Amino acid sequence: MAEKPQISSGMASANFSSLPVILLLGLFSLPLLVMYAYLFIDTISDTEVGSLIPSEFTLRHWSFLWETKTGKPNIWLVTLNTFIFASCITGVVLTVSSMAGYVLSRLNVPARGFFLAGVMVLHAFPSVTLIIAIFIVLQWIGLYNSLIGVILVKAAVELPLGIWLMKGFYDTVPWEIEMAGTVDGASRFTVWRRLVLPQIRPAVMALGLFSFLTGWSEFIMPQVLAPGAKVQVLSVYLASLIIDDNNFDFGTFKAVGVFYVVPVLILYVFFQKHLMNIYGGGSKG
Amino acid sequence: MRILLDKFSKSFGSTKIIEDMDLEVGSGEMLALLGPSGCGKSTTLFAVCGIHRPTSGRILFGTRDVTDLPSQERNVGVVFQSYALYPHMTVEENIGFPLMVRRTASADIKKQVADIADLVHIGDLLGRRPAQLSGGQQQRVALARALIRRPDVLLLDEPLANLDAKLRLEMRSEIRRLQKETGITAILVTHDQVEAMSMCDRIAIMKSGEIVQIATPSEMYKDPRTSFVASFLGNPPISFLKGRAQQGAFVLGENGLRLPIAALSGIPDGTALSLGVRPEHFGTAGGIPVEGKVVFAETQGRENLYDVVLPDGSVLRSIQPVRDDVKPGDSVRWNLDSASTFVFAEDGRRL
Repeated sequence: MAEKPQISSGMASANFSSLPVILLLGLFSLPLLVMYAYLFIDTISDTEVGSLIPSEFTLRHWSFLWETKTGKPNIWLVTLNTFIFASCITGVVLTVSSMAGYVLSRLNVPARGFFLAGVMVLHAFPSVTLIIAIFIVLQWIGLYNSLIGVILVKAAVELPLGIWLMKGFYDTVPWEIEMAGTVDGASRFTVWRRLVLPQIRPAVMALGLFSFLTGWSEFIMPQVLAPGAKVQVLSVYLASLIIDDNNFDFGTFKAVGVFYVVPVLILYVFFQKHLMNIYGGGSKG
Repeated sequence: MRILLDKFSKSFGSTKIIEDMDLEVGSGEMLALLGPSGCGKSTTLFAVCGIHRPTSGRILFGTRDVTDLPSQERNVGVVFQSYALYPHMTVEENIGFPLMVRRTASADIKKQVADIADLVHIGDLLGRRPAQLSGGQQQRVALARALIRRPDVLLLDEPLANLDAKLRLEMRSEIRRLQKETGITAILVTHDQVEAMSMCDRIAIMKSGEIVQIATPSEMYKDPRTSFVASFLGNPPISFLKGRAQQGAFVLGENGLRLPIAALSGIPDGTALSLGVRPEHFGTAGGIPVEGKVVFAETQGRENLYDVVLPDGSVLRSIQPVRDDVKPGDSVRWNLDSASTFVFAEDGRRL
């Protein structure tokens, strides 16, 4: 009875065996793991019809990287388009929501309540229902089938969420910091830029990452508003592969899928580290 | 620089906080705005530094009318209760911020920051961030930031409220030293009478948006204008007896204690009165014996504090040099110094 419990280093709680839990979770995750494994294996091998075991190694499914298929745009152009699309959306969303959120949180502007309610409603509004109207508007003003057009539309759709998020984070910044800034002689803009914005850096980083990823994965808007070969993004390119009944190639489809998801994975790995380190701010009362 | 509030009023929506307040702070003077929370003292402070615009009235610095100037152009230094340091900047950047905003050359900023940091004794902390500082050090940084561009006016909003007792004592004298060394006009907002009395040249005591009395700490202690002022100053606080006037004397209860008091001649018999007795005027000197029962005793090291219940149920406090012969439950007969008591009318006015 006098024995002291042994706490092995690195083991947080050892009063029950974790093996059954791991086994159970592993069992449930297995289908997903198998799917991911085959997604990758199928891109570098050929398999006999009806078999699960790959019969030979090949790189021909990845040939889209170095040769452009007839009737399809160049993959690198498409990737560049996707990157521009996602980055511009991130830029617009961050710029506009970090400013608009501040205004709604702090400044006594006319119709503030109306704007707040408007942002809420728009956030909940299913934007797909607007797509036909937007299509007509873009055609009208000559931005149909252009990256700028679809960037503006997608950014606008993302803005309500961004503004609302930013407003919430600004609300947590103490008023005294702003008061101190103004009596120190700083203009309201300097106060925002130099004193308040740095307090919500973690939120800005998170919103930026979020916007980039939604932009990267967006399909329906580019498909409807910018389907042309010159402005195609990866999601549209991917869809065009599976729609194409004449040159049906599942291996290539999967390879493009892997190619499409790799930047997202890299981004996650990079930002995960970053997200841990950005909690350096905050105000100590 | 002199600060003058002329018929200053402030309301938020339909709530009137302050109406027609007149206040003058002399050049180089340190004035305390003392009062309970919600009395409008912070509102007054924020109006002086330009964060709140007055609803009406004027605010003058020297002869310059600053009523409509934004806070950026007023040249005031403010120390906030929470210090409001910029968490993402180092101490050096915090202190230098007011200069940086004015586009002072960076070599100049560095030199001035070093000078002021030495003045407040934080020269070795310049590379740290606010979160790495103790409360007292943060306070010093906040003071340095407020003082660095040589403001006309220094405003302190409950600057000691977040410090522990020992630091509070230290910073009290420290702030006073800095104020005297720089010769700056300062306003201190506080609800702590000890702070106000120990740090300031004069005290303006406020209640519900009005200044009840302005005087030096000792004048105000000796000669309070109302029972509110008397109850606010002094630690341990004054105790009050309810009674009536009778032939130039204060009478407690039906056949109770009778205290002849000079101020009462000419007051009609039967007028309801309240008598303020400070703890140091009961139990030591004085000529009128008062009987009661000790219900509470507390030693403060050098002195003892006793609560004594009189036969009619009212309580008198007494503070005396340490003695071991009195315990709770004992009946005592102590003298009361009736000449040092204050008589107040029922509405709190001093008679």
